[in-house]
Amino acid sequence: MTFAKKTVDTRSMARRIRRHIVQMTHRGRSSHVGSGLSIADIMAVLYGKILKVDCKNPMRDDRDRFILSKGHAGAAVYATLAESGFFPVDWLKDHYKNGSIFSGHVSHKGVPGVDFSTGSLGHGLGVAAGMALSAQRTDRDYRSFVVLSDGECDEGSIWEAILFASHHKLNNLIAIVDYNKIQSLARVDETLTLEPFSEKWRAFGWNVAEINGHDHDELYNAFEQAIASRNNPSVIICHTIKGKGVSFMENSVLWHYRYPHDGEELNTALAEIDSEEKDI
Amino acid sequence: MRDAFIAELSMLAAEDDSVALITGDLGFGVLTEFANKFPTQYLNAGVAEQNMTMVAAGMALSGHKVFTYSIGNFCTLRCLEQIRNDICYHDANVTVVSVGAGFSYGQLGVSHFAIEDLAVMRALPNMTIVAPSDPWEARILVRQMHKLRGPKYLRIDKGCAALPEQPDDVKLGKARVLRNGSDITLIGIGAILGQALEASDQLALVGISARVIGYHSLKPFDANAAITAASETNGIITIEEHTIIGGLGSTVAEVCLEANTPPGFFRRIGLNDQYPTIVGDQDYLRAAYSMDADSIVSVAKSALDSSLTD
Repeated sequence: MTFAKKTVDTRSMARRIRRHIVQMTHRGRSSHVGSGLSIADIMAVLYGKILKVDCKNPMRDDRDRFILSKGHAGAAVYATLAESGFFPVDWLKDHYKNGSIFSGHVSHKGVPGVDFSTGSLGHGLGVAAGMALSAQRTDRDYRSFVVLSDGECDEGSIWEAILFASHHKLNNLIAIVDYNKIQSLARVDETLTLEPFSEKWRAFGWNVAEINGHDHDELYNAFEQAIASRNNPSVIICHTIKGKGVSFMENSVLWHYRYPHDGEELNTALAEIDSEEKDI
Repeated sequence: MRDAFIAELSMLAAEDDSVALITGDLGFGVLTEFANKFPTQYLNAGVAEQNMTMVAAGMALSGHKVFTYSIGNFCTLRCLEQIRNDICYHDANVTVVSVGAGFSYGQLGVSHFAIEDLAVMRALPNMTIVAPSDPWEARILVRQMHKLRGPKYLRIDKGCAALPEQPDDVKLGKARVLRNGSDITLIGIGAILGQALEASDQLALVGISARVIGYHSLKPFDANAAITAASETNGIITIEEHTIIGGLGSTVAEVCLEANTPPGFFRRIGLNDQYPTIVGDQDYLRAAYSMDADSIVSVAKSALDSSLTD
């Protein structure tokens, strides 16, 4: 059985994902709104155009695997899955609530479409590599996609996995780095510099693309190119803006933690996201 | 016991092509045959236990039955969070195989002593914990573990208890009464059970009848065997080549107290919240840290004496 052809307007989908993220973090008074907004375009292009997934049969064996390794942006995954038909959008209202299955860090328990739970950084790439290796060794065609944060690349386990994937020529493994240059407490280059970042991945044997992570055409082309790789794993380093789409959240450490408060903050945030749609 | 594990796993790999063995670059000479025979079911992940465990989780969630293999603490404590989050929370079909229980690598120093592993693994939900006493028992239990879904921990000892082969008596999750006795009960786990049996022989010479119970499975735990011993004998002594905190002794205490059946006396033999600072072979260190047969006898006599005086 083939996967349904996708005809999604990914820009419009990204806007809806952003609206959900702002509303979910507002209602839940939760952190990480900036981290979610940072990857909204990546998620929209992945689920809108690239991933072979089936919302009617989320556990299909031949589905592409997706792991959000930067689990703190879980709201973006839940919003994307809801927008992709895995469960009703209405469920998102439970995010962060007492008794809810929608935890701040993404969890698979009871949530259709989530392949893997994360939250502690540095786990997703190795697990995605294991999924890719499993496909390689059993002649299955699915691909493994994993979204990493830049701060997460401080973790030694990430570099273990980078070595591993290259050694085993996991051409079915595609890593996406949300390189928004801001980690938990400060800017990446003030914390642990990753640069020269592309060169590091390349030296480890990966195909490297460096793109604007908010440009849907660039994202689509980079994914297609990565999928076509015959020998090596691929990384797409996405230059992004933390808090993208809401001007007062952009490029700010504060919005790693602060939630959009009632009134002007929330209204302005939603209005700016909506106006972005009109610009398009 | 290590060879027995690999021999059984090789048979399972031949029967079931979803079986996969991942080593953290250890097992010199032991894994070669497996690697040659089952190249698509074998992987050396390098000296990178966190990644080994993450890869194992990813493979298990994609249909493999994965066994990760390394020495002592490398495949447990080094990658504990991967075991917790990636394997246990996901109920992934991975068996963590640690070679070198307790003082198995006695001359190599404290880095290589697996002396907190049972306690730490026991705290993890979904985890099954197995510590065989002998190579023949290991083979039977490996086969039973293969059939069981979910996260599992297999503790491989260098020594062996030299128990007679009774394959039909070995069932994962069930304790084995190795010797009947009415005065006291000695409860052990793993190869150090041999010391408990020797202690029971010595105690018999002075007229003390010691029941000996072997637990190859710490989780699930056969509570009944311990509770029955608590009610039928004067007291319980647990023996483990491990810290006395959180392992076999703790488990026995928990199940007996929760059943309102406290033993008349209770002593835990093991490492008393300390790191060994000397090296030696397994027998030497067992004696040095008071967990050999003589030490068990001495604890048994004094515990029985004081309980009878009370």
